[in-house]
Amino acid sequence: MNATENGKCSRPRIWNLLSMQAFLKTGKISKDDAPKPTASTSGKEKAPKKPTPWVEKYRPRTVDDVVEQKEIVSVLKQCMAGADLPHLLFYGPPGTGKTSTIIAAARQLFGDMFRERILELNASDDRGIQIIRDKVKRFAQLTASNVRPDGKPCPPFKIIILDEADSMTHAAQAALRRTIEKETKTTRFCLICNYVSCIIPPLTSRCSKFRFKPLGEGMVRTRLEMICKEEKVQCEPEALKMVVETSGGDLRRAITTFQSCARLKAGEPITNQDVLEVTGIVPDEFINEIIESCKSNNYKEIENCVEKVMLEAYSASQILEQLHDQVVRSDVTNDMAKSLVAEKMAICNHRLQEGSSEFVQLIDLCCSMASIFQLHPFC
Amino acid sequence: MSLWVDKYRPTSLQKLDFHLSQAQHLRNLVNQGDFPHLLFYGPSGAGKKTRIMALLRELYGQGVERLRMEQMTFTTPSNKKVDIMTVASNYHIEVNPSDAGIHDRIVVMELIKNSAQTHQLDTSGQREFKVILLTEVDRLSKDAQHALRRTMEKYVATCRIILCANSISQVIPAIKSRCLAIRVPAPSHQQIVAVLQNVCKKEGLSLPSELAEKIAQKSDRNVRRAILMCETCKVQQYPFTPDQNVMEPDWQIYLRETAKIILSEQSPKKLMDVRKRLYELLTHGIPTDIIFKGLLTELGKSCDMALKTKVAELAAKFEHQMHNGSKVIFHLEAFVASFMSLYLHYLEDSVGSSEPFLTLWGQHRRAEAVGAGASAVDASKDTKEAVTCRRPNACRPPPRAAMGKTHSWLNHGLCR
Repeated sequence: MNATENGKCSRPRIWNLLSMQAFLKTGKISKDDAPKPTASTSGKEKAPKKPTPWVEKYRPRTVDDVVEQKEIVSVLKQCMAGADLPHLLFYGPPGTGKTSTIIAAARQLFGDMFRERILELNASDDRGIQIIRDKVKRFAQLTASNVRPDGKPCPPFKIIILDEADSMTHAAQAALRRTIEKETKTTRFCLICNYVSCIIPPLTSRCSKFRFKPLGEGMVRTRLEMICKEEKVQCEPEALKMVVETSGGDLRRAITTFQSCARLKAGEPITNQDVLEVTGIVPDEFINEIIESCKSNNYKEIENCVEKVMLEAYSASQILEQLHDQVVRSDVTNDMAKSLVAEKMAICNHRLQEGSSEFVQLIDLCCSMASIFQLHPFC
Repeated sequence: MSLWVDKYRPTSLQKLDFHLSQAQHLRNLVNQGDFPHLLFYGPSGAGKKTRIMALLRELYGQGVERLRMEQMTFTTPSNKKVDIMTVASNYHIEVNPSDAGIHDRIVVMELIKNSAQTHQLDTSGQREFKVILLTEVDRLSKDAQHALRRTMEKYVATCRIILCANSISQVIPAIKSRCLAIRVPAPSHQQIVAVLQNVCKKEGLSLPSELAEKIAQKSDRNVRRAILMCETCKVQQYPFTPDQNVMEPDWQIYLRETAKIILSEQSPKKLMDVRKRLYELLTHGIPTDIIFKGLLTELGKSCDMALKTKVAELAAKFEHQMHNGSKVIFHLEAFVASFMSLYLHYLEDSVGSSEPFLTLWGQHRRAEAVGAGASAVDASKDTKEAVTCRRPNACRPPPRAAMGKTHSWLNHGLCR
């Protein structure tokens, strides 16, 4: 009895779903189907199915949602009002909204057909010179009309987004030069990278450059608080502050950390300790202990200290980073000594990158620090 | 009759002995039915694997314990066949991709593709995804890690990847940021003592607390080693006595003796002896970083602070070069040879030689730079001279050192 009822119920739902999709595509809706209540239930059914990463869920939908990047937002708004769009080159540290901005802009410019109008390639796709020659060129040569299917006007071009462009080979970048110029009529390029110095000059001169600033702490904070409210996560204010501080202006990292914490705690309030655990940041006591042992100039103590930190499974590169911050900021020694220590750290970090043993490298670093501290006594 | 280590391995997250709040977190994670890719890291013997298996059991139930060994064959682009052993249950598959050496990239890619492309047809009562467990990720080549990052994203719907590593310094940031990293610190001495007491209680033995403490001290905060030591103690002598001798792993003793030989006499003859011993260690599969660490700790004991700094510097240098080269013995021997010559000068200095130590060291370094290009044969001839000759003005580069360096340069050149 029950089963048949269910069967009856589910069929109209499927039909509704289909008509919803047709509606989304054409922008038209026939009068007789899609009564409102079922449409909303189908929405409800869909929602809890896949837990999406919050980074995706809370990506800015419109250009206005993009925070703190005034220049580029004003340019894009002008473009939406009908002005022409130059080729773009976005650069800046990770997690500042480069990809989000261009995707949101494309969504607004092209509406529902934005999937057909953009080609997004990032570093994980194969992007050798061959791909540039074939795929990018072919896509760039297609013409685009200046009206949407629903009759609204839209700019007559397509956008090619080359994400993480600094990891493209120089040959591939060189192959782009002429393509960019030749296809200006139908295509705009948007290059996104972390380091503008890795893009060859001929490309940078063809694009208008926009620098994305790291987000301010206040901004990251309000965003996280918003998510906190939306997802009904309990979080101690201290912990929230910690997430903001450790992110260093990288919103994506902040949100990912935050979600990981929330997942681990499952409903319980998030504490400082959890944030430390998830980010892998070494607590300050350990760093101070290392510095103290170096000051003592006692090998046994240094060795014990390093051994202990290693057994706590903190990563050596993280330790190096924090040690560096601590030493540079502290007033235990003079500038000369600091520069010597920094040099040694650079060497050790390089060696670690090439796969050296963490223990040996840290011992070496600490010993050198000890002897440097001895030579340059504290003021 | 299995070893205690396997017999008393905790099988569920509730039964773990230490890091209890972490276990609770993991349980929360599993109870939500879905989790991101995970990266477990921590020193060996801290219980990473135990936690992973407990997690899987929590996720899939008893089924994960029915394991089978499978041999998988992959073909590289150059048509070479790579065989690799995998351990699998119906729900997960475990591989150590670094077994495949330089072909680890192909293993990672093919394996994930193979197992992730098969969708679960009937998801009722089962999970939608399988788990792929990759161990020793820190030994993966950079190439393979980059390949991993793409595949990880692509097949996230049908499989979750659990990575297991000793340290995350060698894991590229791109992978770190895609995983939820879970740190498993080594247990403290008290925790080890508690574990030992527990095991002995289950075996029906009485373990004096002094002995437990002693074992914990000697185990380097490694639970597995501690339990193995405890079992060895039982085999040697039971009932336990508090002052019983605790057997150390024989390679540790062997390494200590090697260090003693190096300190006893610095001559080419001894260098040859040391070389034999190093080969012995290497053929028994002792990892080189442990050899370096052991030698550094042992040699450091009989030096003063200034010399210790130098020794640490040497060790760091040669250890690094070793990773660029491919024949580890060169670099190990280079370290020993340079230590010998350093130590010799130090001894001379302390009995009151006229030549100040530091300038000597300076000459040493300069000469080394020049001598780096010397051919291998010359270099080995030089060793003997440098070590035997005590005249400061005849001081030659520590030649094994030179050889090690040239070797690493050669390799580097070839790679590029």
